[in-house]
Amino acid sequence: MKDRYANRKFVIMALVLLTAVILLVRLFYIQIVDKTYRVSAANNALRPVTQYPARGLIYDRNGELIVYNQAAYDLLVIPVQTSAFDTVRFNEILGITMDDFRARMKTAVSYSRRTPSVFMKMISSETYAILQEELYLFPGFYVQARTLRKYTRPVAAHLLGYVGEVDNKLLAKDRYYRSGDYIGVSGIEKSYEEQLRGAKGVNIFLVDVHNNIKGSYAEGRYDTVAVPGTNLWSTIDLTLQEYGERLMQNKTGSIVAIEPATGEILTLVSSPTYDPSLLVGRIRSENFQILQADTIKPLFDRALMASYPPGSTFKIMNGLIGLQEAVIRPTSLFSCSNGYHAGALTVGCHSHRSPLNLPEAVAQSCNAWFCNAFRSILENPEYSSVQDAFDKWREYLVAFGFGNKLGIDLPNELSGFIPARSYYDRYYGKDRWKALTVISLAIGQGEIGATPLQMANMAAVIANRGSFYIPHVVKKIGEQGAPSPLYTQKYITGISPENFEPVIEGMEGAVNGGEGSTARGARLDSIIICGKTGTAQNPHGRDHSIFVAFAPKENPQIAIAVYVENAGFGSTFAAPIASLMIEKYLTGKIKRKYLEDHVLRMVLRPDGEE
Amino acid sequence: MEKSNNILLRLDWVTVILWLVMMVMGWLNIYAAVYNEQHTSIFDLSQRYGKQLIFIIAALVLAILVMVTDNKLWFFFAWFIYGFFILLLVLVLVIGKEINGAKAWFGVGAFSIQPSEFAKFATGLALASFLNSRRQLFGAREMIAATAIIVAPMLLIVLQPDMGSVITYLAFFIVLYREGMSIWVFITAILAVVLFLLTLIFGNLPVAIGLLIVAAIALLITSGFMPAIRAAGVMALAGAVAYFTGHYLLDLGLVLIIVIAVFLAGIVYAWYIYRQKLKNQAIIYIFLLGGLLYLFTVDYAFYNVLKPHQQTRINIMLGMETDPFGEGYNLNQSLISIGSGGFAGKGYLNGTQTKFKFVPEQSTDFIFCTVGEEWGFIGSAVVIGLFVWLLLRLLILAERQRTTFVRAYGYGVFGLFLVHFFVNIGMTIGVMPVIGIPLPFFSYGGSSLWGFTILLFIFLRLDAGRTEYLG
Repeated sequence: MKDRYANRKFVIMALVLLTAVILLVRLFYIQIVDKTYRVSAANNALRPVTQYPARGLIYDRNGELIVYNQAAYDLLVIPVQTSAFDTVRFNEILGITMDDFRARMKTAVSYSRRTPSVFMKMISSETYAILQEELYLFPGFYVQARTLRKYTRPVAAHLLGYVGEVDNKLLAKDRYYRSGDYIGVSGIEKSYEEQLRGAKGVNIFLVDVHNNIKGSYAEGRYDTVAVPGTNLWSTIDLTLQEYGERLMQNKTGSIVAIEPATGEILTLVSSPTYDPSLLVGRIRSENFQILQADTIKPLFDRALMASYPPGSTFKIMNGLIGLQEAVIRPTSLFSCSNGYHAGALTVGCHSHRSPLNLPEAVAQSCNAWFCNAFRSILENPEYSSVQDAFDKWREYLVAFGFGNKLGIDLPNELSGFIPARSYYDRYYGKDRWKALTVISLAIGQGEIGATPLQMANMAAVIANRGSFYIPHVVKKIGEQGAPSPLYTQKYITGISPENFEPVIEGMEGAVNGGEGSTARGARLDSIIICGKTGTAQNPHGRDHSIFVAFAPKENPQIAIAVYVENAGFGSTFAAPIASLMIEKYLTGKIKRKYLEDHVLRMVLRPDGEE
Repeated sequence: MEKSNNILLRLDWVTVILWLVMMVMGWLNIYAAVYNEQHTSIFDLSQRYGKQLIFIIAALVLAILVMVTDNKLWFFFAWFIYGFFILLLVLVLVIGKEINGAKAWFGVGAFSIQPSEFAKFATGLALASFLNSRRQLFGAREMIAATAIIVAPMLLIVLQPDMGSVITYLAFFIVLYREGMSIWVFITAILAVVLFLLTLIFGNLPVAIGLLIVAAIALLITSGFMPAIRAAGVMALAGAVAYFTGHYLLDLGLVLIIVIAVFLAGIVYAWYIYRQKLKNQAIIYIFLLGGLLYLFTVDYAFYNVLKPHQQTRINIMLGMETDPFGEGYNLNQSLISIGSGGFAGKGYLNGTQTKFKFVPEQSTDFIFCTVGEEWGFIGSAVVIGLFVWLLLRLLILAERQRTTFVRAYGYGVFGLFLVHFFVNIGMTIGVMPVIGIPLPFFSYGGSSLWGFTILLFIFLRLDAGRTEYLG
C-alpha cells in the first residue's frame, strides 16, 4: 500500500518544534524577563525556630524546689541566608571583635551552611533587647529563647549534676540533638536526661529578605509543639543535705544517708564541693576549667567514685557471715593479747578486757576476735577447701552490694573491689593460699575497696535486718509518678534476721556502751544510735576516718556512712558528724552546739596537715 | 556487501546515549531535590536517590532483555500482550493498593508497580498491529476500531482514577493522524478545545452569540446577500417564538433559548435547504447547532463532572483564579523555584526552594523545578533540547521503517514522549494545567522509568531488525 500520508510527518515535526518553542519562550519569560519570582524566592526562606521546652524542675523529698529555670537567649545564624551587612554595628552590639566574628562565622559555616547553628550563646537580656530592634539589618540571624538552670540553694552540686552543650560525638549518634542543644552531663541531669529534657518542638516560619517573619510555613503543617520536661521529686532532704555540706566544709570526704525502709537517699555529700550555679550559662566552660584544675578536686564525687578499704566497719560483715555459716555464736569467746598471733603473723590490737563475746568485740572493735572468726569462716569443715569457703564468703558480700555497682540512678558509680578467688590464685598459685594469707580481710584492710554509698547501703541492710532496696535519688518521676521499677524491688542478702541482733547489740554498745566502746562521741541521749567506727589505711598520708550507723535502733529511719579523709580514727571525726546528721534528721534541731562548733572548726587539708 | 547480523551494530546508538544521559541527569536532579544532610551519599539506599540508582540499573537490565528478544515476538504477540495488560488493569481495580486516592498500584513487597505505565507499550503494539493489518484506507470503520483500542485502557484507568495517565493515551491519536485519519477529526477537536476554553473564560452566552455572528458571516460569504437575509429572517422569527415561550412561560436561560431557536429555525428551513440542495448552508447550520449543543454540555460537564480541584486547576492555568495556598500552591511554588533560577541557575545543590521542600512532589512530577532552579534557563534549555533531539530522532527512525507495524509503533512511542514532555514541563511553568504525569527518565519512580524503557527499547529492537521479514 502506498504511503499517501508521508507528508504529514512534516506537520508532526513542526508540532515538536512548536511545543519546544512554547516551553522555551515561557521559560525565558519567567526566568529572565520577569524578576518577581526571584523576589518571591527570597521571601520564601524558611526558618526553623526550635521551641525549647523548659527542662523539668527538681524538688526535694519534702516538695521544696531545688532546681528551676530562667530565660536566656541564643543568637543563631543560617549562613546561606546571610548577606552583606554592617558588621561593625553588629559586633558593637554583641561586644565582639572582628576576628572573633570571623571565627564564629567560620565555625557556623563549617557545621552547616544550610542549617542553623549557634553564633553566640546566652546573650544577656539587655543585649537581646538592642539586638531584637536592629535584627532586620542582619539577615540570616535570629534569636532563640532558651532556659538556663537556676538553683534555690548552692548545694548538692554532685548529686544534681550540670547541663552542658552536646558534643560532636553524641550529635553523630543521637538524632534528637542538634548543635548547640543542651544535655545533662552529670548527676541527675544526666541520668534523667530523657525525662527532664521533654521534647523539642519546631515552628517553621517563612522569612523574607529583610529578615521579617512573614508567617507560618505551609500553615504550620510541619510544626511540632514542644513538650515540657517532666518534673522530678528527689529523695534528698535538702535541709539535711545543706547541713551535711556545712559539717563537711574544710574537710575532704563524704556523707551518704539512706532511708532504710525504701532505699531512698537522704543526703549525698561529697566534699569539697562547689556552687552548682558556677556551671551554668556562659561562665560554665571557664569555671569548669578552674574547678578541674583545682588540686582539691571539687568535681570528684567521692560518695560514688572513691573506693576505700572499709577498715573496722567491715568487721560487722564478718560477724554476720560467721553467724550465718554457724562457725561462731554470739557467745563465742576469743581472747586477745594486744593482737592476734599465729606463728610469725601478728595483727595488732588495742588494750582491752579479754576474752570478749561477739557484741563486745563489735563494740570494742577487737581485731583478734575477728581474725579468729574470719579464720573459722574460711576453715569451715563444711567446705572442701579454704577457697570454696572463700567463694561462699564473697557470695554474701556481693549479696550486700559490695564488689559491683549498686545501680544507683546516678552516672559514674564505682563498683568497689572484693577480691575473687582467682585474684589470690594469680598471686599465690592455684589454691596455694590459706586463711592466714588473707587475714587482713578480717578487719577490712588489704585488697578490698568499697564506696561510701556501698557502706551506707550496708548500714541500711543491717537496719532492715537483712534486706534492702537499691539506693536511689529520685522517688517520683512526674507529679503522680513513681520511681523507676528498679528501685521498688526488694533484695534479700541471705543472712537471717536473728543473726543481725547480736551484731546490732554490738553496734549499740559501740556508741552507748561503757569503757572500751569505740564511738561514744556519737552518743545521743534521746535516740539509740547503732554504729561502727573504722579506719581506712591510707598509704599516702594520714588514715581516713569512717563511721557507719543507723538510728533509731528499733524501726530505723536513717542509715548513714561518713568518711573523713586524713582524719585518723573513725571515732574522732566521722562519728560526731554522723551523730549530728542523725540528730538533725530525726529531731530537726541540734542541741549539742558544742559538738557542732567543734566539727565546724575542724579544718583538714587533703595533705594531712591540720 | 554482507549485512551484519550483529544487533549491537544495528542498534540506534544515538537514542541509547540520549536515554542514558537523561537517566543520569534525572538521578542527579533527584539527589538535589531530596538532598538530605544526614544522608549525603548519592548511593544511600535509604533515600530516593539511592533507590533511583537501583531503578536505573534494573532499567539497563530490562533494555538488554528487550534487545535479545526476537522481533516476531512483538509482532505476533501484540494482541496477546495487549490483552494481558488490559487484564492487569482490571485486576488492579480489584486487588490494587490505594496510593493518593488512586487504586493504580500492585504492591510487591516494599515496591509498588503501576500497570498503567506498562499498558502504554501494549496499547502501542496492538494499535500498530491493527493499522498494519487494515486492507483499505482510513475510513470510519478503522476510526472506530482504532479508537476502541485506545479508549479501552483509558476507561479502565479512569476508574482508578488517574486522570493524568488517561490523558497521555490521547498521544496515540498522533499515530492515527500519521496513518491517514481525517484532518477534520483534529480540526473538530481543536475547535472543541477552543470553544471549551472560550466558554470557561467568557461564559457561554457571549460565545453562543459569537457563534451566531460567525455563522452569519460564513453564510454571507458563501451564499450571498439575499439568502443570508432570508436565513436571518427565519432565524429572527424562530428566535422570537423561542424567546416568548422559553423566557415567559418556561423560565429558561438565554443560551438554551438560542439553542431552541436555532433548532426551530432548522426545522422550518430544512425543506427549503433540501429542495434547493444548498450544501454550504447545511454544513454551516450543522456546525452552528453542533457548536451550540457542545457549548451547552461543556458548561454542564465542567461544573458537574469535573471535581472541584480539577476545575480549579484549569481555572488557575487560564489565569482566572489564583489560589497560592490551596490548589495553586504547587504551581505557585513551582513557578517561584524555576523563575528564581534566572539565566544560569543557582548552582547544583544550591537551590533554596527545592531544598526546603517548598514544592511538593519535587522528585516525581515536579522534578523539572530542580532543573529550572539550580541550572537556570541554560539547564532548562538543555533538557528541552535533549527531548527535542530524542523526539526528532524517533521520528526519523519511525519514518525509515518498511512496515506500517513498526512505523505505527514508533509513532506511538514518539507521541507518548511528546505528550509527557510537553504536559509535564508545561505544567511546572503554568502553560498546562497541573496533571500528575512524570517527566520520562527524569522523575523518580521505578514503574515509569521501566515502562518508558520497555516502550523505547521495543521500538529500538524493531528498528534494529527492520530488514528482517516479520511475516
